[in-house]
Amino acid sequence: MSVAPAPGEERAGTTAPPKRTWTARTRERAVEALPPEKLLPDGQPAYVASWIYVFGVASIASLIAIVGSGMVLTLKGPAWWHDTGVGHFFNSIHLWAVELFFFAMVVHLWGKYWMAAWRGGRARVWVTGAITFLVAIPAALTGYVSQQNFDAQWIATQAKDGLNSVGVGAFFNVTNFGQMYSYHILLLPLAVVILVIAHVLLVRRHGVVPPFELEER
Amino acid sequence: MSLAGALGAIVDLNNPAHVVHWHFIQLSVSNIVVIGLMLVVFALAIVLPFPGAARRQAARRAAGEANGIGGTR
Repeated sequence: MSVAPAPGEERAGTTAPPKRTWTARTRERAVEALPPEKLLPDGQPAYVASWIYVFGVASIASLIAIVGSGMVLTLKGPAWWHDTGVGHFFNSIHLWAVELFFFAMVVHLWGKYWMAAWRGGRARVWVTGAITFLVAIPAALTGYVSQQNFDAQWIATQAKDGLNSVGVGAFFNVTNFGQMYSYHILLLPLAVVILVIAHVLLVRRHGVVPPFELEER
Repeated sequence: MSLAGALGAIVDLNNPAHVVHWHFIQLSVSNIVVIGLMLVVFALAIVLPFPGAARRQAARRAAGEANGIGGTR
């Protein structure tokens, strides 16, 4: 790491520019792509004042509730929620947060589809949102088969036939609790959270998609 | 009667799921209800005015006119 000279002090006999580090390059690129006023804006265009723009942030709020309640369930173990009232409470929070997450995400998807939200160089915003939706589906499925009850067994034995029919059963075995639980509490939630962060940063960079212009008649 | 018992008396869940079957389409009634609710919420989100939107729009328009420019932002 290079040492910066103290204020007022110059390096004697050095004429070459200071060595470029990867941290400096990363910082400069990040600030160029997302200056602070874009990253954390204090206002939005007038067209954002509509209920249809609420469902993206509703999805994120639901995701926070999912992750928070999921952490409690993870700390206590997969069978804990069956035996205690507090366990049932956190399991219900987890389930209904997932229901709200998908509800809000689907309405958000419909809204953005009919706005053609990929306009104006926003293709990556659209694609990250679509992939998040696709990754969230197995994240939920692995949760259903991790319940440790007859419901989980029924869903797993039904899902295995579907997955075997498309040739992925050997890699993604829904009757293997350990594999499904690992997917559910780590791999898939991590993927969803990273995708959501990327999606939000891209929205910040490109701005919220404006509505279509009204035709002059 | 507990709250859960009272709600259970309104909607009897002690039976196999009701399913709507039409050609190759097979959906549980509960899923159809959720899809219907999503459509209703989607329509309401487009139709219902957002709180404070008109006031902010008027304020921006007034500020734009005061500055001698039009615009909607």
